[in-house]
Amino acid sequence: MLRIPCPHCGARDEVEFTYRGDATVARPAPDAGTDAFHDYLYLRRNPRGWQVEWWQHHGGCRAFLKVLRHTVTHEVRGVVTATGALEAPQA
Amino acid sequence: MARYSGLRVLTEGLRGNSGWKPAWRKAAPRPSYDVIVVGGGGHGLATAFYLASVHGITNVAVVERGLVGQGNTGRNTTIVRSNYLFPENNHFYEHALKLWEGLEQSLNYNVMMSQRGVINLFHNDAQRNAALRRGNSMRLNGIDAELLDRDGVKAMCPIVDLDNGRYPVMGGLLQRRGGTARHDAVAWGFAHAADARGVDIIEHCEVTGMIVEGGAIQGLRTTRGEIRAPKVGLAVAGSTSTLTAMAGFDVPIETHLLQAFVSEGLKPLIDCVVTFGAGHFYVSQSDKGGLVFGGGLDGYPSYGQRGTLPTAEHVYAAGVSMIPALGRLRGLRSWAGVMDMTPDGSPYICKTPVRGLYMTAGWCYGGFKATPGSGWCHAWTIAKDAPHRLNAAHTLDRFREGRMLDERGNGPFFWAQ
Amino acid sequence: MTQRHRLAAGGHVDRAHRLGFTFDGRRYEGHAGDTLASALLANGVRLVGRSFKYHRPRGIYSAGVEEPNALVELRSGARREPNTRATVAELFDGLDATSQNHRGSLAFDWMAVSGLLAPWLGAGFYYKTFMWPAAFWERLYEPMIRKAAGLGRAAALPDPDRYEAAHAHCDVLVVGAGAAGLAAARAAGMTGARVMVLEQDFLLGGDLLNDAAHDAWRTGTIAALAAMPGVTIMRRTMAFGFYDQKVLGAVEQVADHLPEPPPHTPRQRSWTIRAKEVVLATGAHERLIAFPGNDRPGIMLAGAARTYARRYGVRAGETAVLFATHDAAYESAFALAEGGTRIAGIIDPRTDSVAMQRAREAGFTVRAGSVVTGTIGGKALRGVEIGALGSGSRGDALPADLLMISGGWNPAVHLASMAGTPLRWDDSLLAFVPGEGAWQRSAGACGGVHGTGAAARDGAEAGRAAAVAAGFVAGADVPLPEAPAADHRPFALWEVKAGGKAFVDLQDDVTANDIRLAHREGFSHIEHAKRYTTHAMGTDQGKVGGLVGAAVLADARREPVASVGLPRYRPYAAPITWGAMAGGEVGQNFQPVRRTALHSEHDALGAVWMDAGLWKRAAYYPRPGDADAWASVKREARAVRERVGVCDVSTLGKIAVEGPDAATFLDRVYANTFSTLPIGRARYGLMLREDGIVFDDGTTTRLGPDRFFVTTTTAQAGPVMQHLEFHLASAWPDLDVSLASVTDQWAAMSVAGPRARAVIAAVVQGLDVANEAFPFMAVADCVVAGVPARLFRISFSGELAYEIAMPAGYAGHVWKAVMEAGAPHGIEPYGVEALGLLRIEKGHVAGSEINGQTTAQDLGLGRMLKKKGDFIGRVLAQRPGLTDPARPRLVGLRSVDPNRQIRAGSHLLVDGQDQGWITSATQSVVDPGWIGLGMLRDGDARIGSEIVAANPLMGEEVPVKVVTPHGYDAENLRVRA
Repeated sequence: MLRIPCPHCGARDEVEFTYRGDATVARPAPDAGTDAFHDYLYLRRNPRGWQVEWWQHHGGCRAFLKVLRHTVTHEVRGVVTATGALEAPQA
Repeated sequence: MARYSGLRVLTEGLRGNSGWKPAWRKAAPRPSYDVIVVGGGGHGLATAFYLASVHGITNVAVVERGLVGQGNTGRNTTIVRSNYLFPENNHFYEHALKLWEGLEQSLNYNVMMSQRGVINLFHNDAQRNAALRRGNSMRLNGIDAELLDRDGVKAMCPIVDLDNGRYPVMGGLLQRRGGTARHDAVAWGFAHAADARGVDIIEHCEVTGMIVEGGAIQGLRTTRGEIRAPKVGLAVAGSTSTLTAMAGFDVPIETHLLQAFVSEGLKPLIDCVVTFGAGHFYVSQSDKGGLVFGGGLDGYPSYGQRGTLPTAEHVYAAGVSMIPALGRLRGLRSWAGVMDMTPDGSPYICKTPVRGLYMTAGWCYGGFKATPGSGWCHAWTIAKDAPHRLNAAHTLDRFREGRMLDERGNGPFFWAQ
Repeated sequence: MTQRHRLAAGGHVDRAHRLGFTFDGRRYEGHAGDTLASALLANGVRLVGRSFKYHRPRGIYSAGVEEPNALVELRSGARREPNTRATVAELFDGLDATSQNHRGSLAFDWMAVSGLLAPWLGAGFYYKTFMWPAAFWERLYEPMIRKAAGLGRAAALPDPDRYEAAHAHCDVLVVGAGAAGLAAARAAGMTGARVMVLEQDFLLGGDLLNDAAHDAWRTGTIAALAAMPGVTIMRRTMAFGFYDQKVLGAVEQVADHLPEPPPHTPRQRSWTIRAKEVVLATGAHERLIAFPGNDRPGIMLAGAARTYARRYGVRAGETAVLFATHDAAYESAFALAEGGTRIAGIIDPRTDSVAMQRAREAGFTVRAGSVVTGTIGGKALRGVEIGALGSGSRGDALPADLLMISGGWNPAVHLASMAGTPLRWDDSLLAFVPGEGAWQRSAGACGGVHGTGAAARDGAEAGRAAAVAAGFVAGADVPLPEAPAADHRPFALWEVKAGGKAFVDLQDDVTANDIRLAHREGFSHIEHAKRYTTHAMGTDQGKVGGLVGAAVLADARREPVASVGLPRYRPYAAPITWGAMAGGEVGQNFQPVRRTALHSEHDALGAVWMDAGLWKRAAYYPRPGDADAWASVKREARAVRERVGVCDVSTLGKIAVEGPDAATFLDRVYANTFSTLPIGRARYGLMLREDGIVFDDGTTTRLGPDRFFVTTTTAQAGPVMQHLEFHLASAWPDLDVSLASVTDQWAAMSVAGPRARAVIAAVVQGLDVANEAFPFMAVADCVVAGVPARLFRISFSGELAYEIAMPAGYAGHVWKAVMEAGAPHGIEPYGVEALGLLRIEKGHVAGSEINGQTTAQDLGLGRMLKKKGDFIGRVLAQRPGLTDPARPRLVGLRSVDPNRQIRAGSHLLVDGQDQGWITSATQSVVDPGWIGLGMLRDGDARIGSEIVAANPLMGEEVPVKVVTPHGYDAENLRVRA
């Protein structure tokens, strides 16, 4: 079971959280055009390894958090609030 | 290679079963082929089989990182059906189901395709209306579907608790021709039949790079050397994104995990496949006697082939809610597969931005039932360099064009499809 | 019935406490402390079951969870549990067990004839036949196979027992309470760490229970642990799975040792345990040796025979032969000899050893360099055939009713492997042992450290290290038991090839020949061989013979066992009860029920309930005299059209959106504009998903310059809240807006109908509700029936209507006041069904139309999309597939024959072609007959034409007329009246 350390609430079980997608894609500027919105919404790097993801602590503070998690081992290595910076290590 | 038959089983039995030969050759890679199929699961092997048997293209290699049939083909819940809403989908799956119906004979391998019936239960007006819309779409497209009332559900599956206390059963949508097949045998049967037609099945051969020149595929770099081919088809559930990244493009796929479970062996208890409409749960009973069951995604991307407890607990709880008699039985084993989820829940069988590179991918958690159809359409697309009308809509580009095939309207959320 | 195989003394059974039980209808007696298996053996019962494929007679093979043979149906009626291992079923008075998987009696199972067909029933035979003719598979072959397959019979009745889930956290979790586990717990406990110890057995001690010499250390350690406040010991609790980040699942058998659970007690409890550190001390499983006839009743693992003798005081046989490949197994011969069993011989492939010498000194006949080549007997063992190692021929025979075998010990690495620990081949133990693992420490036999003293020392070190890793300071040394070490290193003998069925998987009847056949057919990888033969796929998951099968395969491949390996370990360590995994959230507790603040008001009115997500909503309120449900629904709808009605709309989602940038934010999340909305006014809003598909609709009110009140549909309340929060956090963190869901804080009711104003005027204080003063879409704070409330002039029904929102606690009071004020006007409560009827008549879309597949244009709402400014969904809504004029459009439908029903889910055929479908249907009260809404290609152009609503599932084809969806009061005069 995933245990995610919420910066506001402490470490909690995965059942309190909801995954909400890859956090490395950003909503394009309004005039960026269809292709930019297409890529933002549909194209994914889908790494086999470290990924920065959006998770909402819906069963706690309800904050949207950025979580650095490994998609094979499921290890959670970093959690920051929405405006924080979090980078996936290379490879 | 000698054909399998009851007579041969008899004569081999008398000779101490010493005359059986490998079901397929352990081929080593040759320098070049007409077509390389990447992925030795059901879809890849079926692609090779239909390239050989339908299109006469036999200079084909199937390269597989590990073993034949050890990916999702060997770790699913074996359900076969074609009960889809959109004609683009239900025609495709119906084609697959028809191939299933003759698969033993075309492969000379008993894949134990068993048309036991698939029931989707519904519990309220909105679900019933959706079942009616879907079932009527099937019927209007020439596919069998029946509406069951509560008595009909009871007759097909007597141990379902129609009045389960929280979400009583209102009825069910039945596809009688749906059912189950023996998953391992599907991979082995396609391997056996493709091999018999000259296809090289190369196990323990991992793709490490794609040779792309001038926007066209030229071959593959693998752990067993470079293999050239003007056409390459990908059938690599769970690794699609990794391989397309090697070819230089991203795809609309996010890989999630889905758990499945089997109980201890039991004398016959559940005769059909039945799905709960009020929670994530479905169950059938294998010929060996185990109840094979599962539910929804764990909900986050994973290549780990390993599930977690909360999702499992929900699956078991939904099971007992639907069938209270399950409470005293025991779960024996659980496992997880990697699901290439797409933003509309429908797959890709298509050409790609790289010329000569094709794919069958994005099967979400419904790939097993598609196996022969996926291989058939993929083979067609490779052979003709153009899709068949059955898979014309299943492109990577449909999102650019806004032509989604979102059967349940769940939206562009990989994890919600 | 006497227990003629019970020893006079010794062990951990209470001879003063007699328990009666039945097996296959015969009455027997055992003692407290027995398992069903030990009690059966005490009574001389050897034949307990039949095998899966060949229906061979089988006896008790082990003394623990690894049992492959002795599976019974325990209890009867609704509590019948198939496949229960007799070796772990704790005896209780009145226990009732039945043997399984035979036709005819256990002794005369006519399915045993399948044994004669064995040459044709080898591994995978079914893949090669039963293919012709195709139709015969479902009709003939498969039913035959299904009937023959399976093990026990399920009760097929609702389980009468209750289960629950429990959660725990600890610093150090110790799994297993043998020498290693007890020492680990004590060492960890001494540091002050919170320690949990899980033991699947009902007694603590593991192998310590098999030697009275260890009683003092065992009881002393248990007492010391009991005195530590931070240590929790849980017996009858089996850890079944090791999950990510050191979370373990375990099942506690709370009441399985009782005839039935006491009141208010669950049968079992499933534990989710989050540990900082984990020590696995799960012991080892003894493995069989493959030789012809290694499955007859009377053949037993050597360690199990010793356990029956020492722990249960039961003589498993009168005349025994030991066939072993290592010294430690000789302890079984000594233990049984103490209990009066005659040791007819010890068969050992080795030439010499310490134990061999000891055995000879004790007067036993040891046949060095020998192997067992076959067994004699049918339903019970009568003799053992012996030959020279490697000769392949059968020599002489020794009479025996018990054959104890040991091919060595496999560390129980299942949990360690699930924790991601790599396994390493140990050349001296000839077994896989855990390597270094990040999540666990394996101690004692499960780590390959055998012998009581060594295991305890290993456990103490692991326990101390775990506590230190969890942040505690190491304490004093713990006392360790004194014990001479027995040598567990076996001679590499996996199989005796001498012709005949040599089983590597007893439960599934997989023989060494089956493994070789798999290899011959190319299924040479262990994972392929497993699947092809079903080896290690039974309820014991290959604990007894899994490695032996791998070794047979290795031999066929001419490779070392280490390179063949084992199939990947998956959950569960042992089978777990379905009910326990499900816990308490089943049946009516499967999901929580949400009730509105007005639930009891509806109940008092006799409402018929319907589920709307988790909510219970009043569908309609039947009255005496209503002919049927439709009569009630139409009566309620007519009241709204003609007089006045009141409806609970509390389930609609409500979100407070506040802050300096609230208006900007709403402009971006809604497809239409909210920044221009005046204070005190509401506006209908449409939200798209980013992909341009309609997401939700509702009315949103401006309460102040920076304060808005958003409403959502019932179904999308949660998703809309998440959608807003997500975009605020991810796309526009610069906007100063706060969001709060207030769905549960505010109850709401709609008062609708031509006389609504009169009713509202009678209950509202401090607000002029005249049309001019409080027009359509006006909103104001006010007092209703003395309660602070908010009044909205909005309408879903198409009539003059008001929505009163009030703090949920006052809802009942306000409802009563409205009903009282409405009485002179003929007010009637109306439910969700009438609400649906009214909105279909009016042509308002709801969830059936906003179904995640439709665009604003599809729904006739295209002009709501603002032309200027960004909003979610704006860009992708312009994709050609979504603006395609050929897409189905919202239309109204009317059954040509007013008496012929049309249904949602029917498809719309134009000239026989499928051109759309019906989304919603109802009977009309305005213009009696069946009407509906639907999505139809070229819908606008087809208004006025007659098409067919086809419902082949129900055999219906109903002519319908396409009409405008907004036929009722198209000018909206009534809502503005």
